This record gives sequence, C-alpha cells and structure tokens, in this order.
Amino acid sequence: MRSRPSDSADIGVSHHPPSGFGVRPQELTRLVAPNTLRAAKEPEERILTALRNNGFRDEIIFGVKLALEEALTNAVKHGNRGDASKHITVSYAVTPERAVIMVADEGPGFAPDCVPDPTLDENLERPCGRGLMLMRAYMTRVEYSETGNCVWMLRENR
Amino acid sequence: MGERPSSHLRVREQDDIAIVEFADRKILEELSIQEIGEELDQLVEAGSAKLLLNFRNVDHLSSAALGMLITLNKKVKEKHGVLKLSDINRQIFEVFKITRLDRVFDIHESADHALASF
Repeated sequence: MRSRPSDSADIGVSHHPPSGFGVRPQELTRLVAPNTLRAAKEPEERILTALRNNGFRDEIIFGVKLALEEALTNAVKHGNRGDASKHITVSYAVTPERAVIMVADEGPGFAPDCVPDPTLDENLERPCGRGLMLMRAYMTRVEYSETGNCVWMLRENR
Repeated sequence: MGERPSSHLRVREQDDIAIVEFADRKILEELSIQEIGEELDQLVEAGSAKLLLNFRNVDHLSSAALGMLITLNKKVKEKHGVLKLSDINRQIFEVFKITRLDRVFDIHESADHALASF
C-alpha cells in the first residue's frame, strides 16, 4: 500500500516501510532537519544511540553509520542539491532485532538502477559512485521509493 | 624536515618519503575531505613524489573520502610518484575490499612494511 499524503511538506515522503521490514508506521520516530550535513548529524546521533541501547555490536554499528551517512550525504548534496531552504526527513525505528531507517529529500529523485557499478574494472578509478553500493553492502535491505527521493534501509541485528 | 603545522594532516619526512597521518579520526565531513585533499595536493605539487598515508588514527570514512584518495592516487601517478597506504583497521579495510579499491591502492599492514617497500 502506498501513502498519498495531502500535506504539501510530505510530498514524496513515504510513511510506510516496505513489506518485510518488520515495523509499523506508528512505530517510527520522524525528524525533519534543515538541508545541511551539520544538521543531519542530529538524527544520525539519535539513531546510533538507539543502536547502542538496543545491543547492536560495534561491527554492525560501523556499517549502519556508514550507510546512514551515505544516505544523508546523498539527500543533502544530490537530492536537495545543497539548497539550504530545503529539508531532509529521517524516520527510524530500532528494536533489539532490527533497525529501520528512512531518509527522504525534496529533490526530483533518481533511478538507482542507472548508477554504474563502481566495482567494474573500467570504473575502479572513478572518484564517485560508491555511496549506494556501500549502503547495499552494509544493510540487509535497501529500497528506494518509486519517486527515487526516499530510501528505506533495514539492518537486522545478527 | 620537522613536523609542519597543518589543520588536518601531520606530515614528516623520512629520507625522501613524506609520511602523512590524519589528525581527525573521521575523514568524513565534506569540508574536511576537501581540505585534506587540497593539503595532500599541495604536498604532491611541492615535489613529494613518495607518499605514505598512515591510517592508524582513522576509525571511520565515507565514499567521498575514497573519492579523494582515488583523485590523489591519479595525481601522484601523473607525477611519476608512488602512493602507499598503511595501518588501515579491519573494518575500514573491509570497505576497501567491498569497493575493490584494495586492488587500486598499494596497502601495507604497517608503516614499517610500507617504508621498506618504496
């Protein structure tokens, strides 16, 4: 089921985790931050604290932090194109079993399948294009909304 | 040459090799990555053809930091120099392996090993 929010500030923000992510929309904590990397630190710190409080191992926290920072950087720099008048939305739910995180921007979105594979020999020396693959490598699941401006990530604690 | 003051890097020279350590534990913040990249560029421009980046102080990084390292590596090669990395912790080495950048960079277990291989 897809949500069709009427509030204009919510355009493109999905409030429903993809099926199989194991949390209900009402379990999510939602934060809205100005579109700067510095402001994005606050939701990040809250999520990392929640992971520690729920007994996630350091090794998993390292990976979630990496993936989350890539998602936040993508939202601020690419999605919202550094526009300080825009916002990013972060929703999350952390339990001892799983962490579910959504990051959305107000940009036009992109087609994740069109990002070239940075691990192919011909792309190895390209300086860009590794954020998305790191997110996929460190999270259990990574799914973009149809609009491409909203990413849902699941990390199971095991 | 003694240690040069720098906001993000500690640089010392041994023989003709510039040994660089990072002052920040996180090579992450977009701005500091850009500045680190510029400082390293200056080292290369100033004639340091042999560069060793010691990662012992680094416990986190990002794809932007990897991009900066790739750009630096190209620049060093253009100048017919050599760039080596050392003391990368297990988790960060995993990032290099996932991205297959362990094939692009000359990575050594310790600074001593790296220095002996120049």
